[in-house]
Amino acid sequence: MDFLKWAVSPWGQRVPIHIAWFLIWVAVIVGFLFFIVHATYLRYFAKPKEFASSGSPLIAARIPEHVPRHSLTARLFHWIMAASMFTLLFTAFLPKVGMPFDWVTYHWIAGSILTVSILFHIIHASFFMDFWSIWPDKIDLRDAYRRTLRFLGKSAPPPNKFAKYPLENKLYHAAIMAAGLSAIVTGVFMMFRVRTILFPRNPYLFSDMTWGMMYVLHGLAGVGLIALIMVHVYFGLRPEKRAITKSMIFGWMSRDFYLKEHDPQRWPVESPTSSPASKGEAAEGLRDAG
Amino acid sequence: MAVIRDVMPAFELLQPSSIADAQKLLEQQGRDGWVLAGGMDSFDWLKDRIKKPKVVVDLSGIAELKGIRSTADNIEIGAMTTLTEVVEHPLIKEKYKLLADSAELVASPQIRNQGTIGGNVSQDARCWYYRAGWPCYRAGGNICYADTPEGRNREHAILHAERCVAVNPSDTAPALIALDAKFVIRTHKGERVIDAEDYFIGPDIDITSLHILQPGDLLTAIRIPSAWAGAHFYFEKVRDRNVWDFPLLNVASAMVVSGNNIERIRIAVNGAAARPLRLKAVEDSVRGKPANAATGEIAGKLAVQGAVPLQFNAYKIPLMRNLVKRAIGGVEEATWTS
Repeated sequence: MDFLKWAVSPWGQRVPIHIAWFLIWVAVIVGFLFFIVHATYLRYFAKPKEFASSGSPLIAARIPEHVPRHSLTARLFHWIMAASMFTLLFTAFLPKVGMPFDWVTYHWIAGSILTVSILFHIIHASFFMDFWSIWPDKIDLRDAYRRTLRFLGKSAPPPNKFAKYPLENKLYHAAIMAAGLSAIVTGVFMMFRVRTILFPRNPYLFSDMTWGMMYVLHGLAGVGLIALIMVHVYFGLRPEKRAITKSMIFGWMSRDFYLKEHDPQRWPVESPTSSPASKGEAAEGLRDAG
Repeated sequence: MAVIRDVMPAFELLQPSSIADAQKLLEQQGRDGWVLAGGMDSFDWLKDRIKKPKVVVDLSGIAELKGIRSTADNIEIGAMTTLTEVVEHPLIKEKYKLLADSAELVASPQIRNQGTIGGNVSQDARCWYYRAGWPCYRAGGNICYADTPEGRNREHAILHAERCVAVNPSDTAPALIALDAKFVIRTHKGERVIDAEDYFIGPDIDITSLHILQPGDLLTAIRIPSAWAGAHFYFEKVRDRNVWDFPLLNVASAMVVSGNNIERIRIAVNGAAARPLRLKAVEDSVRGKPANAATGEIAGKLAVQGAVPLQFNAYKIPLMRNLVKRAIGGVEEATWTS
């Protein structure tokens, strides 16, 4: 079974030209298997979540009814990215699974929109948002270890509640960032192979081998994104995650959900009548959490 | 062009005697099956050892696929009817001379004796990078060797190029489009009849095929309705060697003229894109106008709108403009006003 499609270049060099298209179905099957395994685990085996205490009632009392989670700018970015990502996946893979149509123009336009939106997101997240909130920190890693021990039936203190994003969310972001950036960078270069209004064609920008590797990486990132997006949509539709999904539409989550899942010390929120939890209060909360 | 070698790769040869058997065999073989009609395209591929099918389904033993039958409102040409038979058939010569003219200009007499009308409309692209077996887009790769500053692209597309710039080389295809012919296709779901122009596809839809046939499908016949019988026809083919060559461009038109005005018209060109192009905008613009050089000039200019020449084929733009002009206004010496 060949995972890559190879060809012989005019100069006699054996070069990869793209991934084998059956990998599309592999990605789809992996996505569905994840649904089945995860849903089965939650339905029959998962224990109720247990968290360490997350600080004083004083802090909790300051939490507003609607906890702001995503700004309008962040939500617009998310949905523009989602629309362009779906367009990219459908235009890339439907013709490969037996639904031919004129896909190239839609594909590079969607890719251009995604590229611009990602560039915007990098700048926005770096300078106007809490950049580190999406990256795993020491507490995430410590809590992941504790959760693993408890899952295995061993004794361990309960983990902290989550910061703004659970560790799984952060890892997912890292995975989709790796796949997305791979697809974007290779895709931008691949636009030199087709006629667009953006660059003059130059199919000899790289050697055949480099181009081949680029097509392979683009394809691997693409099929990886199929599975990742399937998983993302799955979580977005799960009942226990609905509050998070709604927050990507309306921008806020309820106070109850926030207090149930999130740690006000790790994710301080603005109250209409008071300042965010102070560092002193946060430190106190972390000590309480053990 | 690739070097022709004399020994074909080994394959299993199947020779069905009915359309049903042929379709069933092709369906069973899927992508491993290769349809052999007259062999004028197939033997190039096989002897060059570029295509190495496991199974070849030879249609030459199927009587149902051969011959020209006339019905009350059309004529039906079996897909395995040779081009010579098409050229010489009295009814075609009398009523559908456009098709006879186009078929007569295909290659050489020997090739017309062997080549079939089904094969002529279904033949593959003649881009030499592709025929040489290079891993281009059309061959499933990720590059067009012709569409580069150094690429030899004198014969290639000026319209609707989408990554691949190869052109459809058929002479009979534009004539059949102009005659509003219907193609009869046998698929595993049954018989399907489609307009001639819908039989052909460009690289925007499928970059590896010039037509809509899927593995297991079989073109069985071509029906020409009587609507254009005896119309005013024009076919012209421009090629490098007049004795035997593929078209650089060709044009086919069928016109019904009332007085001197064009009442109805269908016009198509080939060699300009990966599929023969029906020029609907031209048809709409000249309908009701006199069939003269002035109208032809307008039509010619309209026909080439949107054309994008490659490095070595800019000549095709004035060539196509003039062919369309001549198809409508007749072969006259006329000076272009711009």
